[in-house]
Amino acid sequence: MEVPILKQGAFLIATFQAALSDADLNQLRMGLVQQVVKLRSRGVIVDVTAMDVMDSFASRTLREIAHMIRLRGAETVIVGIQPEVAFAMVQLGLTLEDVTTALDLEEGLAYLNEKFKNTH
Amino acid sequence: MVASPEIRVAINSDPDIVIARQKGRARAVELGFSSGDATLIATAISELARNIVAYAKKGMITLQVVNGSNRQGIAVTASDDGPGIPDIRQALRDGFSTSGSLGLGLPGVRRLMDEFEITSQPGRGTTVVVKKWRQ
Repeated sequence: MEVPILKQGAFLIATFQAALSDADLNQLRMGLVQQVVKLRSRGVIVDVTAMDVMDSFASRTLREIAHMIRLRGAETVIVGIQPEVAFAMVQLGLTLEDVTTALDLEEGLAYLNEKFKNTH
Repeated sequence: MVASPEIRVAINSDPDIVIARQKGRARAVELGFSSGDATLIATAISELARNIVAYAKKGMITLQVVNGSNRQGIAVTASDDGPGIPDIRQALRDGFSTSGSLGLGLPGVRRLMDEFEITSQPGRGTTVVVKKWRQ
């Protein structure tokens, strides 16, 4: 299942519609980085509200997405990690390290707007 | 209690990982597990199925109901005929990985579940059985 990527001003929003396979996650990583370059985006929000499970592969792919996008000078915010998913991630020993997270899409956008308020 | 049939999910490629964990979650909810515990079980299944794809290419996830003296639970068996694990103690340490894709797999799965058993023979395959009891 492909993840739609929407443009909202200087930002991109990618919203998971359902649980994603590894191939879907790899495709998202490639697609997002390409769009950030093409559209000169300053920020990216990845909304994982619909993700049923965040396992080692999904966590690693999200970290990689954020790190690649940071190398482009843009910022990624992961939003919508469900409380139960967060609990399972901690039990499993997974972290998103230095990747920014926010409660939901609204807070993610507020964070990016604040961060880039003088640059666009 | 009526015996519940076991559910078997063949693991042959990465989309099967999602199928296995979704069936596991649905089964856990049917058995009366809380949504939070069902997520822990689904996450454990995801990691176990991932190990099969990464190391053995194919295998099987089997879900069974288990009855204790005064409790009920779910058992998840991940079995494969892959290369096996030469050093299980090493594989159970946090941070260990040989495929480059994980490193937290088995110790993490152990923390997610109540019981954890592993048998592995180099060249013959690996079987991991994990159980969670309903609170």
